Amino acid sequence: MREREFGPYGGRFVPETLIPALEELERAWIEAAADEAFTAELGELLRDYVGRPSPLYRARRLSERLGQDVYLKREDLNHTGAHKINNALGQTLLARRMGKRRIIAETGAGQHGVATATACALMDLECVVYMGAEDMRRQRPNVERMELLGARVESVEAGARTLKEAVSAAIRDWVANSGTTHYVIGSAVGPAPYPAMVRDLQRTIGDELREQVLTAVGRLPDRVIACVGGGSNSIGAFVPFALDADVELIGVEAAGEGVATGRHSAPLATGARGVLHGAFTAVLQDADGQVLEAHSISAGLDYPGAGPEHAWLRDEGRVSYVAVEDDAAVDAFKLLSRLEGIIPALEPSHALAWLLANPNPGGVDALVLSGRGDKDLAEVLAR
Amino acid sequence: MSATGAATGAERIAAAFAGHGKRAALMPYLMGGHPSKEESLAAGEAAVAAGADLIELGVPFSDPLADGPVIHAAGTAALEAGITPGDVLEICAALAPRVPVVLMVYANVVLADGPEAFAARAAAAGAAGLIVPDLPQDEADEVRAACDTAGLALVALVAPSSTPERVAAIGANARGFVYAVSLAGTTGERAELPPELSGLVERVRAATDLPVAVGFGISTAEQAATVGALADGVIVGSRVVRAAGEGGAAAVGAVIGELAEALRRG
Repeated sequence: MREREFGPYGGRFVPETLIPALEELERAWIEAAADEAFTAELGELLRDYVGRPSPLYRARRLSERLGQDVYLKREDLNHTGAHKINNALGQTLLARRMGKRRIIAETGAGQHGVATATACALMDLECVVYMGAEDMRRQRPNVERMELLGARVESVEAGARTLKEAVSAAIRDWVANSGTTHYVIGSAVGPAPYPAMVRDLQRTIGDELREQVLTAVGRLPDRVIACVGGGSNSIGAFVPFALDADVELIGVEAAGEGVATGRHSAPLATGARGVLHGAFTAVLQDADGQVLEAHSISAGLDYPGAGPEHAWLRDEGRVSYVAVEDDAAVDAFKLLSRLEGIIPALEPSHALAWLLANPNPGGVDALVLSGRGDKDLAEVLAR
Repeated sequence: MSATGAATGAERIAAAFAGHGKRAALMPYLMGGHPSKEESLAAGEAAVAAGADLIELGVPFSDPLADGPVIHAAGTAALEAGITPGDVLEICAALAPRVPVVLMVYANVVLADGPEAFAARAAAAGAAGLIVPDLPQDEADEVRAACDTAGLALVALVAPSSTPERVAAIGANARGFVYAVSLAGTTGERAELPPELSGLVERVRAATDLPVAVGFGISTAEQAATVGALADGVIVGSRVVRAAGEGGAAAVGAVIGELAEALRRG
């Protein structure tokens, strides 16, 4: 099998029309990442506008309950309430540098759409966000936020009218408009160079985390635990620990109603390989190669693929991928709220649920709290 | 000339392009299994009777990134009706004795069982070639090798945005014919042809000796005649798929008859 960026995974499975745009983007990203003026401006925005570095908090009562140290990497405290802003700011800054005045993005729950709309307001760029009609109905407040920030939200009516179709709609827009438009993809997925670029923009999570844990306890953690949908917060957290052989890396997918039911969002844990949205990676699909609908209570994990670098880390055995069902995630959501006064998003609630079921007595674990849970209150309270 | 068991897909495609003197070949696109398996076969037969020289037969896919609303909706309807790649190969097998059939199929369907297995199934169904719209030159080696082994032509696509280096590489590796995508965008009917079209066709001709067919955005008889004067083949998709949905085989036959007449008049 052909070598791609991540072993056999990655590549550019997109119409020929987009290949020159992807080549241009790759060149622009390499140049920008090496340009001190660009990295300085991004660093300043991450500090003063986003509030980085995000704190590392030793969860007192959770640690006490589990008989170990649990450190939470507080991405929920970022401006706009999740890790998504790290990527959205970096990509919109890059788009401005490339002279692209129009930005498109996809969104599921709305967090990436809000982050992109925010960055576009800051940089005075036109912003169009594709969102499934069903997600627009479920996440009305985020639609209103995006519109308040000046974005236009395009309703996507195809398929299950959720995230997968929103990504496809954004790619179709980009095929027609790549000359004037940059597509800010929201996770470490898609054709090259997106998975590597999004990872580079999110690795600030892991770089800070590594240093903060060393400062707090004088050694590296035993385990780093993060949720995986497309997999951007997790890849950003894992990569700085890749060569620390003693640090176990755990990626937690959504098992939805149970892996055995087929109604889940766990392509890494269940093993299929295929092409989705331009990359050869782990995909939920049937025997004919039709991509299946994902199922999860968490809109941010409700996606039938995962980033190609995760598929490679799985095959290499460097990261363990596990899956947690909806009910366990909801229990963890409630528990953290009561124990720590922190309402987590449903996505990292999956990671928390795995930790609760698999404690590490006497040890030190770090968990990425990738976003805050205000957006999920209605979903949880309705159960 | 009729397809014989001995001819490769590339040879049958070449014969179809060469079979009518200076007139450009007409290649309608039909979505396999739309509006039903029987009706899509009947539409294919009507298209051949009305003057189609090759048939591009779509395999419905869950996530068709290159397609606009009409073909996307037709594919979704076919999937909802339970149409599988196996069904489309049966339609292909029924049409193939009368006309070269080129399957339009997305990469994940080709890769699901491995490209060798898919190419062998397609060849056994009489297909002459494959068009894989999300498999650019850089990713195509494995599938092209599988198609070569099976006697299928892996048709390459060129876009207006393709750089000179890419056009040269695509031309050097092309099989059957080169599919020139007329515009930046997805499939679908457009009011106007893109003004740079003749330049695109010339660039592709300079990179290959194979026939050059143009598709995307061509729907009217006037547009077909204009493109037919520039290129060796004219591909009409959304207009034909819309006809199949609205009026079945009779409507498809009428549309193809009109397009074929426009190409004959030039």
